[in-house]
Amino acid sequence: MAGDDFLRWLRREGRIVIVGASLAGLRAAETLRAEGFAGSLTLIGDEPYEPYDRPPLSKAVLLGKASPHHTELPRRREIDATWRLGVAATGLDTAAKRVRLADGDEVAYDRLLIATGVRARPWPRESEARLDGVFVLRTRDDAVRFRRRLDSSPGRVFVIGAGFTGSEIASACRERGIAVTVAERADAPLVGALGGVIGAVAGELQREHGVDLRTGVMVTALEGDAAGRVRAAHLSDGTSVETDVVVVSLGATRNTEWLAGSGLGAGPRGIACDAGCRAFDFRGIVTDDIFVAGDVARSPHPLFGYQFLSLEHWGNAVTQAETAAHNMISASSERRPHIWVPAFWSAQFGVNIKSVGVPGMGEQIMITQGSRAERRFVAAYGYQGRVIAAVSFDNARWLEFYQRLIETAAPFPPDFATVDRRAEGRAPMPADFPDPSLPTHGPTVTLSGYSPADRRLVFTPSRH
Amino acid sequence: MRLVVDLNRCQGYAQCVFFAPDVFALHGEEALVYDPHPDEVQRERLARAVAACPVQAITAEGLDGTGETGETAAGTGEAVLHGR
Repeated sequence: MAGDDFLRWLRREGRIVIVGASLAGLRAAETLRAEGFAGSLTLIGDEPYEPYDRPPLSKAVLLGKASPHHTELPRRREIDATWRLGVAATGLDTAAKRVRLADGDEVAYDRLLIATGVRARPWPRESEARLDGVFVLRTRDDAVRFRRRLDSSPGRVFVIGAGFTGSEIASACRERGIAVTVAERADAPLVGALGGVIGAVAGELQREHGVDLRTGVMVTALEGDAAGRVRAAHLSDGTSVETDVVVVSLGATRNTEWLAGSGLGAGPRGIACDAGCRAFDFRGIVTDDIFVAGDVARSPHPLFGYQFLSLEHWGNAVTQAETAAHNMISASSERRPHIWVPAFWSAQFGVNIKSVGVPGMGEQIMITQGSRAERRFVAAYGYQGRVIAAVSFDNARWLEFYQRLIETAAPFPPDFATVDRRAEGRAPMPADFPDPSLPTHGPTVTLSGYSPADRRLVFTPSRH
Repeated sequence: MRLVVDLNRCQGYAQCVFFAPDVFALHGEEALVYDPHPDEVQRERLARAVAACPVQAITAEGLDGTGETGETAAGTGEAVLHGR
């Protein structure tokens, strides 16, 4: 079939399979139908639930303002799909164009979208991870279990890892009057994502709200009692903390194991794809029938030196899914690049934290508006003399302006006056990101050069 | 009814809090918390909140009862709202 004929046939009666039935999978399905795809559509998801929203699980749900059972995503339109929920994809045969499922079934496709996302990284020692009272928080089931435990008024919650999720959990617990200890390997919370300057502000916020924040320490062991319930956490500084609840917030692992042997360039760092969301095979050749979107994807971004970005961001899942879906059923001249400017938010300790760009690339930082002491400011990050990112604390309305600066590669430090500039914002300072050769538990953005055969990422704890 | 707010887009104007205070609330100065699964009695207030959002950050399903969205849409076949 000539290209045009194939596309017409695909759009009319082709088979599209989406593996991953969460935010990216759902929005891709809606986009396919909205753009006129009339063939068969199958969504495969390992969880038994229809697509639900995850951000509320560490915020509104823990505060009792939303039910963990009811964060299902609103639909933008009818998608007329076959749902295979509660059954994981276990393998992919790219030559036969079939997805293997855990129940033994196989599903054939003409075009495949992989949106399998990530899962919570568990506590590495299995016997300790199995103790009653040890939780992770990623899925709806996790949230149901954890919320139930919080509702039973535990004496203390011990949070391992002060990334965004860990910090949000600590915030919710404090608001409910529960004692909280947070242990973080870096010198402050959020350091992997936002650097040490902003991390210091986040650390002050935690302590002001009564969090027992322990930085520069690692958890060396979780101790259980005779009945198998967790009773204490032991730290690398020799201290220990008695606790009846432990939440492991050590970032996420990409769901790519099911692709082993498929020939795709998939590994612990995600699935490499081009800016059009087409997956690379392990030889570095781009496929034309397999697309990737959401947390599991790793794609080059022209604004950020064509580095391959893995973005575990809600907004990335939506826009990358829309782009992938469009490209799946479009001729190559009609295809679009995924050039979304990264953005995310977090709410913790009553402060709205938002970010645009890639803070992790920042060499320097400047408080361009407001003041850190007032917990209300905008900070711009500079990389090689241009604005590369910005973060706001309770100052969200300005971020769109900074996004334009990032998009236009505006000079850093900014060469114009800004509203509410204070003394602390007169000059840039080092952004204070940790040495990238010592991986931290969970930067929300990981950067790497493209390598067709993925190097293995080894978790190497830093020494303090 | 179901709803989700694109919090990248939200700038904390809090119009939704004004129109549907039982669904939306500000947490601190500008962080928005909301109930993603509000009760049917909130339908009209929620519709006003969706329409009033200056940055159009709220996506809701089951608002107008046309059954246009979602095979499992809650609240289809109900009264059509006016004023949207």
